[in-house]
Amino acid sequence: MTGPAVQLHTPLGDEVLSLHAGDHVELSGIVYTARDEAHLHMQETGIPFDPDGAVIYHCGPVVLGDRILAAGPTTSARLNNLSGFLLDKGVRALIGKGGMGSLVREQLKGRGIYLAFTGGCAALAASHMTLRGVHFAELGMAEAVWVIELDRLPLVVGIDAKGNDIFEAVKTKAARAFEQYTS
Amino acid sequence: MQTVADKKVCAALAQATFTAMQQAVIYLPPDVKRAISRAAADECDPVAQGEFVNILKNIREAERQGLPLCQDTGVPVVYLTLPMNIGFSESLYEAVREGIQKATREVPLRPNVVDPFTRKNSGDNTGEGMPAIHVTPGEQFTVTVLPKGAGAENVSRIVMLLPSEKDQIEKVVVETMLIAGGKPCPPVVLGVGIGGTFDGAAALAKESLLLPIDEMNAFEQQLCDAVNRLGIGPMGLGGGTTALAVKVKTAGCHTASLPVAVNVQCWACRRATVEVKI
Repeated sequence: MTGPAVQLHTPLGDEVLSLHAGDHVELSGIVYTARDEAHLHMQETGIPFDPDGAVIYHCGPVVLGDRILAAGPTTSARLNNLSGFLLDKGVRALIGKGGMGSLVREQLKGRGIYLAFTGGCAALAASHMTLRGVHFAELGMAEAVWVIELDRLPLVVGIDAKGNDIFEAVKTKAARAFEQYTS
Repeated sequence: MQTVADKKVCAALAQATFTAMQQAVIYLPPDVKRAISRAAADECDPVAQGEFVNILKNIREAERQGLPLCQDTGVPVVYLTLPMNIGFSESLYEAVREGIQKATREVPLRPNVVDPFTRKNSGDNTGEGMPAIHVTPGEQFTVTVLPKGAGAENVSRIVMLLPSEKDQIEKVVVETMLIAGGKPCPPVVLGVGIGGTFDGAAALAKESLLLPIDEMNAFEQQLCDAVNRLGIGPMGLGGGTTALAVKVKTAGCHTASLPVAVNVQCWACRRATVEVKI
């Protein structure tokens, strides 16, 4: 691995602008979970927390009482068309898996970053988390906005604020490797 | 009318199904852990190395806490082997359903099974034709569960090749992964079914995922190397390990057809077999 991970603490500010795609970071502080329903609800009724420097986690956790049992990332691409308003209001980072489309890549430029967390690592994620609250509980466990305090969650910068996108670069490379079967 | 012996058999099968499901979602099989550790040690890409660190830590954390590895605990796919002395009846299916319902309540599992049209969730991981139960004769009375998550299942594929296109099998397998990219949570295991019928090839592909993945024959290794040349890597972030293994099962087919099915499985290649003791 490349050197020690960069330590980030919420709320985030301009420090995210100097990170590069591929950098390992450890994030501490408050994040807000949000999937499809939560994004739609926030668009309609407003963001229920201070978005300035905030971090969104694409995740539908399993919560038992006041404890998070499992909280792996969900596929971020489902939220490609639902993330712009959050970045416009000052959100600085989105966490999820699988990357996002070119629209979000452009929206992140000069403002924020996309952080990838390893898919399937729900038990590991939960071990770095403390539950602090919930918004929109009426949307149900998977779709509610859970307020979670992270303690050094290990992430990698998937899309940086300069438009570098690891997922896109890997896709292009894979398509080129496949050309041997089509030529 | 159910006999006392039937009741004992069904109770034992329900309990064994519960135990197998509980084991499968928390503890990865030794061959899978070996394959992941080996791939992690061989990985040169720094980003991919970081993904492996997380995966290995997650496996340990799930075992330590006795909690599911992943919040998508899948839909239950169940394989039964029945010895001669066990009567084959509908009550065996009911016993498996009971075991799955108990596991959903007590492990707990995420309720994932919904009606395909109304999308209404049954709440207990059972439904019409679900769990999917496959029965074969065997020496021992066993239940094997394969909880199947949606991310990888959704990018699985079947292609009906022409008999003259057997040199296209590798292309079908590699193309499946090219289309899938990072969606199925690579590094994946690919179960490949070749031959049989349309449905048979898909069944073979899924059964291939029950085979140990820390060994491959020359053909499987060739397919695995071809997939890994795509460089998709863990989680689609790039790297040398896109597939941990490719496993192949074959069956006789019509002289005019060549079905090829690829069932994609995420790195959490969950399965467990428990003997039903009566």
